[in-house]
Amino acid sequence: MSLKQKTRELLKRREQVQLGGGEKAIEKQKAIGKLTARERILSLLDEDSFHEYDLFVAHEARDFGMETKVLHGDGVITGTGTIYGAPICIYAQDFTVAGGSLGYMHARKITKIMDHALKMRVPLIGINDSGGARIQEGVNSLAGYGEIFFRNTLSSGVIPQISVILGPCAGGAVYSPALTDFVFVVENISKMFITGPEVIKTVLGEEISMEELGGAKVHSEITGNAHFFAESENECFDQIKKLITYIPWNNGQKAKPFPPKEPKAEYDIEKIVPNDSSQPYDVRDVIRAISDDSDFIESHADFARNIVVGFGRINGDTIGFIANQPLVLAGVLDCDSSDKAARFIRYCDSFNIPMVTLEDLPGYLPGADQEHAGVIRHGAKILYAYSEATVPRITVILRKAYGGGYIAMNSRHLRADFVFAWPSAEIAVMGPEGAANIIFRKEIMSAENPDEMRKIKVAEYKAKFANPYVAAAKGYIDTVIEPSETRKLLIHAIDVSKNKKVGQPKKKHGIPPF
Amino acid sequence: MAKKEKFEILNIDGTEYKTRLTAKFLKRKNWEKPNEKMVKAFIPGNILSIFVKEGQKVKEGTKLLILEAMKMKNLVSAPVAGTIKSIKVKEGIMVPKNELLIEIE
Repeated sequence: MSLKQKTRELLKRREQVQLGGGEKAIEKQKAIGKLTARERILSLLDEDSFHEYDLFVAHEARDFGMETKVLHGDGVITGTGTIYGAPICIYAQDFTVAGGSLGYMHARKITKIMDHALKMRVPLIGINDSGGARIQEGVNSLAGYGEIFFRNTLSSGVIPQISVILGPCAGGAVYSPALTDFVFVVENISKMFITGPEVIKTVLGEEISMEELGGAKVHSEITGNAHFFAESENECFDQIKKLITYIPWNNGQKAKPFPPKEPKAEYDIEKIVPNDSSQPYDVRDVIRAISDDSDFIESHADFARNIVVGFGRINGDTIGFIANQPLVLAGVLDCDSSDKAARFIRYCDSFNIPMVTLEDLPGYLPGADQEHAGVIRHGAKILYAYSEATVPRITVILRKAYGGGYIAMNSRHLRADFVFAWPSAEIAVMGPEGAANIIFRKEIMSAENPDEMRKIKVAEYKAKFANPYVAAAKGYIDTVIEPSETRKLLIHAIDVSKNKKVGQPKKKHGIPPF
Repeated sequence: MAKKEKFEILNIDGTEYKTRLTAKFLKRKNWEKPNEKMVKAFIPGNILSIFVKEGQKVKEGTKLLILEAMKMKNLVSAPVAGTIKSIKVKEGIMVPKNELLIEIE
């Protein structure tokens, strides 16, 4: 055979493999509104940048009639490519090949590309669309999952790991996404659960649909398992591409700076925050009034909305924003918002992203349900995450900073690098109403008109303590600033923190309140 | 944005904050003091057999019924001594979690 003939044969073989599970299976995939694994990779990566490996890998299963079955690529496509020039290792499970089921060689292909990503220090993207373990391959499938989870953990905090759920992802398979940094889901397509509706019905008698049990909405709003929600696969790919521009390739680098841009004029920082601290506003408008081009990509946008986290840029550099959201539940901290913030803080710290905290919260959410859900343990995660973080950390207190919430939100006491306060800031142990009721209990109770006396005492307390100057007098905040100075000061603070170096006591690792 | 929206009130430490509430917050369960005289299903399952009758006197620990769930036969016994006031379930039916099974007085 001449080289030309041999090349022709290669092309023929390649073409066969690239058809995955065949035209019928592809039709089925399309009928439910899903793209094929190959289309997904090609839409996500830069044009002509994808190179596939291990396409001729074949399974070695010999039981249950598997010996005669040909599974192209063993149900998963792996390779490398780029997103806006950033190198990416990627795999996509191919549902058209044996339902994307995970067999031994399928897992080997995934772990090979994972090892590559870690070795080369480049981001890893995994597209999940699989019926689960390949039952015919028995314990070898389970071994495969274990090898993937181990690598997810090893790579955690070294390279960015992104999981995209574009089909079912059930049973043990869910733990790979759960171990990665960002999980993307798409309405009507993503399904994640440990035990499916059928088992739940047989064992517990509860009837629930797949969508209600583990659909995209459930995981982005209720469980917090998903960070980004999209209505279509293409919207989801755009979100991933945008996120990639904000984060570094690995923990040894900084995110690529962009040309600085002023915020848009429509976000007037002086007009967003109401003076009365019991009135709501959308803190994302404050972020947009500070960030370059008023651009902001929000993570966990629909989960624990009482806190806002996400990336923006200030003077060209990626910044992680953490902001209490007075618009939802008055911006209180609770179990979910603590989890959400702590995780994001650790992400920023791992990947050298400076953090800006915007503070306006009345404290923790009261209630037996919160206490019993472990708000102590969950709330402690924020304290831990901030205290441990060594990236530049700047806090701007916009209005309320009460009690435990004040301490938790990157206070000086947790070694914030800079704490700025607006003149509207109220740094106190609790709100004036609550404080006056306790401090002046006797005077109020014994007064002729207790309500009148309460009002007087609340006003007295407010005048004395509901301001930034008591804390400023102690040096707990660095300076009181005009709202219009905020961006300028943040640019400066980030600039002077560029070579920040702090020592941590030597240890293997801490024990965060997981 | 917020001018036309009607906000809910959330009271934190005596201050009433205008804000939005979340579905999760609205669905939270208010705490109730557990009443030992109300024997409830601790797990959803199937009532396999009932050992007592209404009006019967029981001691603490008397076998009341078997609640089969997750392929396990769970023996439910009287948490307090008293008289069976009413039996709310029959043998062979499925009950959801926290369903009232037997009332003791």
